[in-house]
Amino acid sequence: MSKKILIADDEQNIVISVEFLMKREGYEVTVAADGEEALARIRAEKPDLVLLDVMMPKKNGFDVCQEVRADAALAGVRILMLTARGRETEVAKGIALGADGYMTKPFSTKDLVDKVRDLLV
Amino acid sequence: MQRSTLTGQRLVAVFLIGFVLFNYPVLSLFDRTATLFGLPLVFAYLFLVWAGLILLMAWVVERRGDRAERLDRAGG
Amino acid sequence: MLQGPVVIAVSFLYLALLFAVAYWGDKRADAGRSIISNPTIYALSMAVYCTTWTYYGSVGRAAVTGVGFLPIYLGPTLVMTLGGFLLLKMIRTAKANRITSIADFIASRYGKSQLLGGLVTVIAVVGIVPYISLQLKAVAISYDLIAGYPALVSPTGGHGPILADTTFYIALILAAFTILFGTRHLDATERHEGMVAAVALESVVKLLAFGAVGLFVTFGLYNGVGDIFERAMADPQLAQLTAVASGSRGYATWFSLTLLAGLAILFLPRQFQVTVVENVSEAHLKRAIWLFPLYLLLINLFVLPIALGGLMHFSGQGMNADTFVLTLPMSAQHEWLALLVFVGGLSAATGMVIVETIALSTMVCNDLVMPLLLRTKRLALNAERDLSGLLLSIRRGAILVILLLGYLYFRLAGDAYALVGIGLISFSAVAQFAPAMIGGMYWRGGTRNGALAGLLAGFVVWGYTLLLPSFSKSGWFPASFLSEGPFGIELLKPHQLFGLTGLDDISHCLFWSFAANIGAYVFVSLLRAPTAAEASQATQFVDALKTTRPVGSALWRGSADAADLVALVGRFLGPARAQTAFASYARRHGLADAERLEADADLVHYAESLLAGAIGSASARAMVASVAKEEPLSLPEVMNILDEASQLRTYSRELERKSRELEAATGELKAANDRLLEVDRLKDDFMASVSHELRTPLTSIRAFSEILRDDPKTALPDRERFLGIIVSETERLTRLVNQILDMAKIESGNAEWLVDEVDMNAVVEQSVATTSQLFRDKGVVLSLDLADSVPLIRADQDRLMQVVINLLSNAVKFVPVNAGRVTVRLAADAESLKVSVTDNGPGIRREDQKVIFDRFRQGGDAMTSKPTGTGLGLPISLKIVEYFGGRLWVESEPGQGASFIFTLPLHNQENGKSE
Repeated sequence: MSKKILIADDEQNIVISVEFLMKREGYEVTVAADGEEALARIRAEKPDLVLLDVMMPKKNGFDVCQEVRADAALAGVRILMLTARGRETEVAKGIALGADGYMTKPFSTKDLVDKVRDLLV
Repeated sequence: MQRSTLTGQRLVAVFLIGFVLFNYPVLSLFDRTATLFGLPLVFAYLFLVWAGLILLMAWVVERRGDRAERLDRAGG
Repeated sequence: MLQGPVVIAVSFLYLALLFAVAYWGDKRADAGRSIISNPTIYALSMAVYCTTWTYYGSVGRAAVTGVGFLPIYLGPTLVMTLGGFLLLKMIRTAKANRITSIADFIASRYGKSQLLGGLVTVIAVVGIVPYISLQLKAVAISYDLIAGYPALVSPTGGHGPILADTTFYIALILAAFTILFGTRHLDATERHEGMVAAVALESVVKLLAFGAVGLFVTFGLYNGVGDIFERAMADPQLAQLTAVASGSRGYATWFSLTLLAGLAILFLPRQFQVTVVENVSEAHLKRAIWLFPLYLLLINLFVLPIALGGLMHFSGQGMNADTFVLTLPMSAQHEWLALLVFVGGLSAATGMVIVETIALSTMVCNDLVMPLLLRTKRLALNAERDLSGLLLSIRRGAILVILLLGYLYFRLAGDAYALVGIGLISFSAVAQFAPAMIGGMYWRGGTRNGALAGLLAGFVVWGYTLLLPSFSKSGWFPASFLSEGPFGIELLKPHQLFGLTGLDDISHCLFWSFAANIGAYVFVSLLRAPTAAEASQATQFVDALKTTRPVGSALWRGSADAADLVALVGRFLGPARAQTAFASYARRHGLADAERLEADADLVHYAESLLAGAIGSASARAMVASVAKEEPLSLPEVMNILDEASQLRTYSRELERKSRELEAATGELKAANDRLLEVDRLKDDFMASVSHELRTPLTSIRAFSEILRDDPKTALPDRERFLGIIVSETERLTRLVNQILDMAKIESGNAEWLVDEVDMNAVVEQSVATTSQLFRDKGVVLSLDLADSVPLIRADQDRLMQVVINLLSNAVKFVPVNAGRVTVRLAADAESLKVSVTDNGPGIRREDQKVIFDRFRQGGDAMTSKPTGTGLGLPISLKIVEYFGGRLWVESEPGQGASFIFTLPLHNQENGKSE
């Protein structure tokens, strides 16, 4: 059974590209365009992995990450954060909040695919 | 300091007032045969001004608002 | 019941009471619980100013001159207003320098000159002796009167033999009493707490007694003040007494007496004693400033009514008006009141005599006798001898001699003048101290020689114009001396010196003596610069009220032996007192006992100040010099020390100012730092925003590029779609880079502005044409509401189009598809053009209305879909509008759409800026 991946990003074109990559790798993909929608889908669908953008409308990626980690029912959800703000502090903050991985945009598609594969082993 | 010299300045002002009121020519204005409340005019004038000066001096040095203010700074 | 023995018994009982009070006061002082440490007692003790002259003489003077007695009390009232400066400075200087008399004060000021101290003492004694004789005369007259009761015998001029003369015995009794009071022991500060307490009590007694007579005359003999005046005014002769004087001579006298009395309150030895030497706390001065004048007012309230009442009561009987206070109650057979009046008069006399002779005896001892004795080698060299007993003997002897001199004057000249006349002679004498005293306190340039010359000149003129005439009037000098001048020289007539007429005796003396005194003081002082000793003392006196000033020890250099100093002080204070004093000094300096003291400048200064309290500053200096080898300081050295002290003062003020400035600067720096941090944070935010905005399109471009590269077999539709995305993201990237550069150029002032005449109508129309496709695509209705013609403005047409296009494309972004409506308006008024772009979109929340003009700050989270655009359009538009002197703002209610409005001034100077 294929793993489920949720892509949460408000940049339409980025979603298209990542969705294409993940489907090509054989994962089942759903999409959320803002933080609240992302949280709702995580609770409803319990994806194995969330590719979480930090800068999103309504609720940013850090908040989403924090809420997921605070919810025991969502313990199995892996989170890979993607952000265009590549500063060290943001990386540290993401990891501190319980993210499993962190990638800065723009990323190499190969790195992304490898990272996702690692997290889903 | 500023407030203390204010007391000093006020006392000097009282001095000047007294000096002017107690001497010629102001004094001569009251130096005539007339009475005030049955008292000779100049007699009544001198004592009234005198009492007024004393009140003024007492007011200047004893005002409650300036209690903390030391007289000894008046000249400093 | 008013026989002599009864009166004498009552008098002695009263004196015993005074002595008991004084004794109690001294005991309390020794126990450290001062009873005179009270501002009211201080003010009452100053009322020692009111002597029998006031008590009996004011009525006498009022009977002759009407209100003419008042200047004697108005002068002191006026001077007390200046007490906060003058008296305070005198008190502080005296305490700092252990000054015990006015002679000491002047001597100390002009370089601790023994000669000057001696001269001041001589002037004071000669000047005050008539005043003391006045007291003797008054007591004698009042005793003779009351002892003659029920007869009313106005005293006659003749004197019997000395041993049968009441006055002689009164002088002896007062001398004995004063010796008991004032010289029981030697005090290092010459303070007499018991005496002050007794004097304060006497002030109360004389005020009560005088008030009682006043009430009795006013309401007992007459029907109130109004009644007395009404009757008096009916008599044309008496009515004159209610006027100051006719003509300028009256006012001149009035002024002279005011001035004299004002100076007397400062410089009479007894006033200096109670006001300065006996002062316990500077704070007491505050109440005395008004309470003492109040006392003067009260004691003078009934003077004129009593005088007028007496004149009418004894009309035609030739009664001496000086005695009215006593004779009025006697004539009405009020024995008790008469006795009270007598006791009141005794109070006035004893108070004055005690304080005055104690003050004079201190001066005579310290400034006249001791310097002479110390010159005789035998006394000075015999270091083993305890001189404290000798000092007391000298003072006791001085008291006796002074009172006997008073008696002598009374015998020689006492009958020629009324009481007030005698008092004014003394006032004129002490007024001679004024130039040296006041000059010394406020003028650094005054020198010893100047003070000597001034005092001597003033004293000589005083003696010639007032004292000698008083002898002449008594027949001890030929009368022709007065009427024709000495040796018949008219110009030298004592009362019309150099032909000066038109002034009374006192004003005449005051004018000539002050002219001579001040002239000589200033002239001689200016002949040479002050010496080192004079300059150092001048600084201490003139700067007495400043917080920091050089202490005396800073101005002493030399070597001494501590044991010698202790022994020296012991000779004058007694060994026990000296040991105690030095032991406490040692404790203050953290040493176990006086044995370990080092004879440094401080100790020498301390010893000198102890001695100064006992023998005066001039003698003390001489004595210390006899055991300590002082290396004399030259004037430049003294000036250096003084300069250092004043520089120190300046430095500390400077330091305070600097630290205040530093504090302020620190605050400013902190604020600046905060601002910089804020700017830094903003810049950081800006960089992060730019980074984010650049990375986002790059992410898509890279991802699709890699997908296409890695997988050549991508389906064609996907391939076309991906390439399209890459192209559009590249365009977005280009736009962004352009706008960032644009923004940077505008902000840095490097932008190019093509300024020309611009027709805003055309700008709006062209902008609408440019964006019309956007509107059509989204089905949005665009309506124009333009003025027919608007004035041309000077601006950059392309930039303005950029603004309008930006606003239009923003509007179209936010309005609903197919239901959107956007209106563009252009209007002009006298001042400016106004362009507004109104949409029916979701509107902008109030809190977002400001931030949307910040860079990269697009509408907040409320917007459901992320707006496309760089987030730089509005900030750039704002910059452009502001560049041309206009404003750009938004008006919006959430849900009601938004209006972006900008104005451009018709006549602005900004548009020429870049050219």
